[in-house]
Amino acid sequence: MVKRSSWSIPYFIFLVLFVVLPLLLVFIYAVQDGSGRFTLSNVTRFFTDKDALSTFALSIEIAIENTAICILLGYPAAWILANRKLNRSAVTIVLFILPMWINALMRTLATAELFNVFGIALGKGTLLFGMVYDYLPFMIYPIYNTLLKMDPSYAEAAEDLGAKPASVFWKVTVPLSMPGVMSGILMVFMPTVSTFAISEFLTNNKIKLFGTIIQENINSSMWNYGAALSLIMLIIIGLTTLFSDSEKTGTEGGMI
Amino acid sequence: MANDIIIDIKHLCKSFGDKKVLEDINLYVRRGEFITLLGPSGCGKTTLLRQIAGFIAPDSGCILLEGKDISSIPPYKRPLNTVFQRYALFPHLDVYDNIAFGLKLQKLPKDEIDKRVQKMLKMVSMTDYDDRSVESLSGGQQQRVAIARALVNYPKVLLLDEPFAALDLKMRKDMQIELKELHKKMGITFIYVTHDQEEALTLSDTVVVLNEGRIQQIGTPTDIYNEPCNSFVADFIGESTILNGRMIDDYRVEFMEMEFECVDKDFGKDVPVDVVIRPEDVYIMSKTDGAQFTGTVKSCIFKGVHYEMFVETSNGYELMVQDYNCFEVGSLVGLYIKPSDIQVMRKERTCNTLEATLVDETHIDMLGARWECLPQEGFKAGDSVKVTVDFDKVDLLDHQEDGQIAGEVRFLLYKGNHYHLTIDIDGGGRLWVDTDDIWDKGDLVGVNIRPQDLKISRCDG
Repeated sequence: MVKRSSWSIPYFIFLVLFVVLPLLLVFIYAVQDGSGRFTLSNVTRFFTDKDALSTFALSIEIAIENTAICILLGYPAAWILANRKLNRSAVTIVLFILPMWINALMRTLATAELFNVFGIALGKGTLLFGMVYDYLPFMIYPIYNTLLKMDPSYAEAAEDLGAKPASVFWKVTVPLSMPGVMSGILMVFMPTVSTFAISEFLTNNKIKLFGTIIQENINSSMWNYGAALSLIMLIIIGLTTLFSDSEKTGTEGGMI
Repeated sequence: MANDIIIDIKHLCKSFGDKKVLEDINLYVRRGEFITLLGPSGCGKTTLLRQIAGFIAPDSGCILLEGKDISSIPPYKRPLNTVFQRYALFPHLDVYDNIAFGLKLQKLPKDEIDKRVQKMLKMVSMTDYDDRSVESLSGGQQQRVAIARALVNYPKVLLLDEPFAALDLKMRKDMQIELKELHKKMGITFIYVTHDQEEALTLSDTVVVLNEGRIQQIGTPTDIYNEPCNSFVADFIGESTILNGRMIDDYRVEFMEMEFECVDKDFGKDVPVDVVIRPEDVYIMSKTDGAQFTGTVKSCIFKGVHYEMFVETSNGYELMVQDYNCFEVGSLVGLYIKPSDIQVMRKERTCNTLEATLVDETHIDMLGARWECLPQEGFKAGDSVKVTVDFDKVDLLDHQEDGQIAGEVRFLLYKGNHYHLTIDIDGGGRLWVDTDDIWDKGDLVGVNIRPQDLKISRCDG
């Protein structure tokens, strides 16, 4: 009889071929120069390249702004959707989630065309608009899910203990929905740091994001520097995930 | 006396959609009392509690707290606190902050909060648990914290919604004793909701038995147990055998086709009644001489302290009997019931009484269907008539589509030699049926009544 663990072999091969190997290649390219010799210059070049550094800072700034706007718009939307008194139909939820089913590139192109039709100048405003439009469902959905699954007796208990509706919201509903907000942040923040399509179409490349310069380097055959930039981004994204993870386990650990 | 009443509920009604959950509830609670709302699931007890707490607004009627109507006041302004069935402790706060939640909202000084929380922790024997996560606690500990979180606010009334339902039997018994002691120590009025009749009898000063949205009986635990006012209460509280009987005269009652002496009077002569016999009140002996009547032991089960037996009398009635001694199955035994142990209750109804409309000489419309009846004279088409049907003249069928109308078995009562069923008719209405067949609660049935069993008379008024 075939061992059950052998069922995992195809997945293992897949992981090696499409995850481990590409990552290894990125790493190898990042620490080589054009002629294949080992060097750290690609990495040091980033930290001395003012353009790259400022683009990176801008990317983070835009990602933070986008995430913040998504929380500000998405949380109330999720709250209304999850509230059975305010929203009794599943159709509204589908309408909010529907954009997720359409390719982001197509949505972005359509948005750019709309700006064009209405004669709105492309810039940071249009970039943020496009990003919020693209990523808002990814913020709404996890928050909506946690709010929907939340036992209503928590809110009732708080009200019973003397909390006015506003206190119930801030002292119970918001803290208990934090896991949803955290996964919303992860799903919005990380992709916005690395996006390049949105900035290309919605600012005509007037604003360059970190993803844009990686793409430019790769396109102009500067594979080694591009790989180094990718690696740096990967590490930073990895760090933010680790940070949010450790924060989560940290509070849980604290509770135990 | 009036000052003694802390909560007064008057003519309270509540419906969800077209389902009446509570109908004309009138109830008062004395200060410091431990009162229990007892009933099967779906009887409206939790709805009543949630209306007192303020989570549900009544359709009509009012709830007075110390003489003031609170029915339109939101829960956060009511000086009442609730212990929830599944605790509802805040998982993002530790034990201390959970208990301090209400006090912090009142903006009390920090040392005052600390003093009260520590005192409360001590009271529920959780002193060293203040910085523990609530999720790391056992069910019993969580419920202690939930009780402390409610009591720390010194509410005028503490509402408890089946607080021990999720605990295992042993833990539940321990918690019951602790709760009773807390009630004594704090002197706060407790309103407790449960479906567990034993719990209700153990804990309460007063028990309120609810069924189908109506109060069935209010009384002390001993009153409720010894003097149930109808067959529902008798069946729901403790074990019992309920039998059809007939009050022959004062102090004389007939049941199981035998005449017994009893202590009840003022029922009138020859009045049909229900008779309740508690299994521990039947004396059973191996000698048959000197016994009131005899029977054969049908089954005998060991229940820990006593044996539970079913004894069949010579004329076919089954009686539940409890005794410390085991009697062999199949043996002939003598039985005796003391007059004071025979509980006689007036019958709620002796036959089905329904409203109908005459369609033509041989047809009536009733319970949402058309029925054939015997030719009627003296009525004209469209007349409203009263129809009576005896309990044993209603036929129940296995398949809903085979019956004239369809229904569901709502409630069943074993009456010694037959079952008395309550059938909810689809689309409204209700029938009561006597049958020898065995049905279960929730069974879907078809209902037929033969034309000659529909007794039609003129509506009064």
